[in-house]
Amino acid sequence: MMLTILILLPLVGAVVTAFVPGALARLVGLGFAAATLLAGVVTATRYSVGGGMQLTETHVWIESLGVHYALGVDGLGLLMVLLTVVLVPIVLLAGWKESDEPGNSGAKAFFAWTLALEAMSLAVFTATDVLLFYVVFEATLIPAYFLIGGFGRAGRGRAATKFLIYQLAGGLIMLASVIGLYVVSADAGNPSFLISDLAAIDIDPITQRWLFAGFFIAFAIKAPMFPVHTWLADTTEKATTGTSVLLVCILDKIGTFGMLRFCLGLLPDASQWATPVVVVLALVSIIYGALVAIGQDDVLRLIGLTSLSHFGFIVLGIFVFSSTGSAGAILYMVNHGIATALMFLVAGFLIRRTGTASIREMGGVEKAAPVLAGFFLVGGLAAAGLPGLSPFVSEMMVIIAAFDHHWLVGSVAVLAIVLAAFYALWMYQRTMTGPGREGAAVVPDLDRREVGILAPLLLALVLFGFYPMPLLDVINPFVQDSLASVGIGQEGGPQ
Amino acid sequence: MTEFVKPSIQYFELWPLLAVFGVACLGVVIEAFAPRAVRYTAQVTVALLGLVGALVGVVLVARDVQSYDDGAARGVFAVGGTIAVDGPSLFIWGLVLSLAIAGVLLFAERHLDGGVSAFAGQAATVPGTDAETAAIAARREHTEVYPLMMFAVFGMMLFPAANDLLTMFVGLEVLSLPLYLLSGLARRRRLLSQESALKYFLLGAFSSGFFLYGAALLYGYAGSMDFAAINEAVRNDVGSSSLLLIGTGLLSVGLLFKVGAVPFQAWTPDVYQGAPTPVVAFMAAGTKVAAFGALMRLFYVALGADRWSWQPMLWIIAILSMFVGAALAITQSDIKRLLAYSSVAHTGFILTGVLGVQASDQLAVGEITSLQAVLFYLTTYGFATIGAFAVVSLVRDSGGETTAIERWAGLGKESPVVAAVFAFFLLAMAGIPLTSGFVGKLAVFSAALAAGAWPVVVAAVLASIVAAFLYVRVIKVMYFDEPVGAGPSVAYPSVLTATTIAVGAALTLVLGVIPGPVLDLAGVAGEFIR
Repeated sequence: MMLTILILLPLVGAVVTAFVPGALARLVGLGFAAATLLAGVVTATRYSVGGGMQLTETHVWIESLGVHYALGVDGLGLLMVLLTVVLVPIVLLAGWKESDEPGNSGAKAFFAWTLALEAMSLAVFTATDVLLFYVVFEATLIPAYFLIGGFGRAGRGRAATKFLIYQLAGGLIMLASVIGLYVVSADAGNPSFLISDLAAIDIDPITQRWLFAGFFIAFAIKAPMFPVHTWLADTTEKATTGTSVLLVCILDKIGTFGMLRFCLGLLPDASQWATPVVVVLALVSIIYGALVAIGQDDVLRLIGLTSLSHFGFIVLGIFVFSSTGSAGAILYMVNHGIATALMFLVAGFLIRRTGTASIREMGGVEKAAPVLAGFFLVGGLAAAGLPGLSPFVSEMMVIIAAFDHHWLVGSVAVLAIVLAAFYALWMYQRTMTGPGREGAAVVPDLDRREVGILAPLLLALVLFGFYPMPLLDVINPFVQDSLASVGIGQEGGPQ
Repeated sequence: MTEFVKPSIQYFELWPLLAVFGVACLGVVIEAFAPRAVRYTAQVTVALLGLVGALVGVVLVARDVQSYDDGAARGVFAVGGTIAVDGPSLFIWGLVLSLAIAGVLLFAERHLDGGVSAFAGQAATVPGTDAETAAIAARREHTEVYPLMMFAVFGMMLFPAANDLLTMFVGLEVLSLPLYLLSGLARRRRLLSQESALKYFLLGAFSSGFFLYGAALLYGYAGSMDFAAINEAVRNDVGSSSLLLIGTGLLSVGLLFKVGAVPFQAWTPDVYQGAPTPVVAFMAAGTKVAAFGALMRLFYVALGADRWSWQPMLWIIAILSMFVGAALAITQSDIKRLLAYSSVAHTGFILTGVLGVQASDQLAVGEITSLQAVLFYLTTYGFATIGAFAVVSLVRDSGGETTAIERWAGLGKESPVVAAVFAFFLLAMAGIPLTSGFVGKLAVFSAALAAGAWPVVVAAVLASIVAAFLYVRVIKVMYFDEPVGAGPSVAYPSVLTATTIAVGAALTLVLGVIPGPVLDLAGVAGEFIR
């Protein structure tokens, strides 16, 4: 019941928020987000570190299609759940005033859609039935669509449409594979969408490859990976930074989450078969994302594209098939969520002050707003993988695993660290240092609300930078299970 | 010369059919004898009572009907074997009757256009003449539309239940003729409406000719009009197979025309655009249900043994329908034409389910059958369509309905509820999860994939992506585009249209979240009796 409560809380919250009087909407919405955070923490305390699915519940949903309402969390799911429940209240606070400004669809809509998105995302991370996963996976798109289209800068309607079309395309391609799994299970004598049932079936290698292709394309669009990433920068540019946090830090994780859960979990042979291609795509994403980010003039596009590079790292970690790589990748998913959320939110505060997102038109913010500049620097350095901040740990793990996989893969991945330092520091230099833009008003520093929003993220970056063990303890049992299903021992690299 | 045997008529099993036919005839009598003032009330009441009575009959018959010949299928043959009252028939009857009730409610709506219905004041007057102006001034309205609709409903029920080619042809004609007439009766933009009626009639008559010719050839092949006999002949491989193939092809033309499959879709956009919106709502939903029922009965029962001949044809037509429908829908600037092309794409999706038929011994235990999948899809499609067109009838400007898509810009602000409901119907048509359309797609794709038709499923998925774009585009216009000029206005409907929309939306949601009961019902309906 715990997980059902966890999903229902924000869902009910969304409905209630949509119908309470306007003045109360924000408080009510935030209340539900806080309650969900609490439920998430309770879930974590009930979870005992170890392998396998926990807190499971299974009910038949559509009998004639073998669909179940089945939930459960393992290490991976738990971390994603926690990331979600932590980030949503922060996003709501960040959008407190902004969503109510003229031209946007109103705070009530923002809060309600965000809570709906939270509910669907939590369901995605806890679903243990492939069709249930698919249903909520697609259902996340509707709130996301209205969040992008209803809030942010001019041209957002177009960006929202582009986002939705890309995601729907991926989802529908995946649908073919989902149905394929149903047919496979029906032919095996038990039509069922339960992951546990499907994992028990020995699917022949050729079928696996077809099914893999469907799942992987969908998750690559979601994650995003080169060459299906082009929706990403448009979306982050036009949407509010709060929405971008929801999209990039939570929703996009579904892509890599799905690769671990479905590609590796259900189609191990095909995953190994596809490794060379996936690794190359991941490397291209890493380098290409960083290079393109360097060339951007729009702060939000830049941050969006750095995520392309980071997701490349995550996918690389997953597909080198070693315990270090997988653990690093999952840790990276958490760290990227925190670091990128910090970057987006600071950038959002900055843009609200300067009135422009163009790097060329900014400058000298450091003097007027040292606190803002400080947060911006830490976020940039985290993205660049500075030791002492949490992304460093995960990036190192992935790079080590990449070298174990093949020295060439490792060396290409290492290049990205240099590029990342370059885009992060160069962006900082151009926006924060030097003389201010002529005739521009003095940029006021962050107020207490804004510092309060950013502080927890900063603390988490530092804490997990020095002490990632709690996260790794949760991750490792999952990694062992996962690699065992692919047929690789605990210590093994590629065989 | 065999002696004429008077067929026995199973009055109980045929009650739904007879009730609708009786009400249609009664409507004609009312039209002839009742004074003008009471006709509207009388016609609507009689039509609704008749439909509800028939629906109750369907439920009673469905509870009573026994296994046929101790097989898996349940049902009886009536009227000397010409009508099959079996599970699928009863399911389709129930669906058609439900859609017809919603249709009557839409027909009876008089709040949207200043107290008069959506039908021409006096259809016989030439548009633009003084006679027309006089008819409008006198606030005349045609109440023949109700008996006409009842005849169409009767045809829609007879068509899929027909168990021989002649009865099927009669059903086809009884269903079609009233619809041709109804299409030409729009109150506004009458020339467009009359043009659509004429096009529909000419093309429809032509396709009926094809059907009849095909029936004749098949009779020549099998020596019988009866489906069971044709099946027997196909099994035993009697006679010339070219007669069989040509006959099958010609019959397919007639049926595929009615479902609006490519390349026989040319009439849909014009008719959908020109005909009065309530008529389109009822026709789009009802005709598709009935025609697919008939199509499946013909192909599964009469030509089931010859599956290898017609399945490849359906593969091609399904793929063409999906792509042509979706691609042409994108280019449309009129919402009714867009929905028309989208219905062509849906025909392709439903055909994907139809061609996913397998022999019962090839089906894995517990696997969904193609008949079950198609019946479910038709249910979801029927209610989403009738609801969507009902919403279309609400968005108006001074010239009547505003069907130009760009004029819908800003609807999300102007009328959040109407925009939200329409967006919901569009999402259902796009097949987004938690709407009925998703489960429908899932069902037909599963059936097709299980039958090994993976190329069609892959094509269907790709076509779904194209189709998703067109629905999302409309949602974007409603919510995120700036209104043109004064923007759209939404007429406040009476309880009639409101009920139809609410029920359509509720069913679209419920069938998306809890599809189990209806899927099971479609499963219990079982197979056609042979």
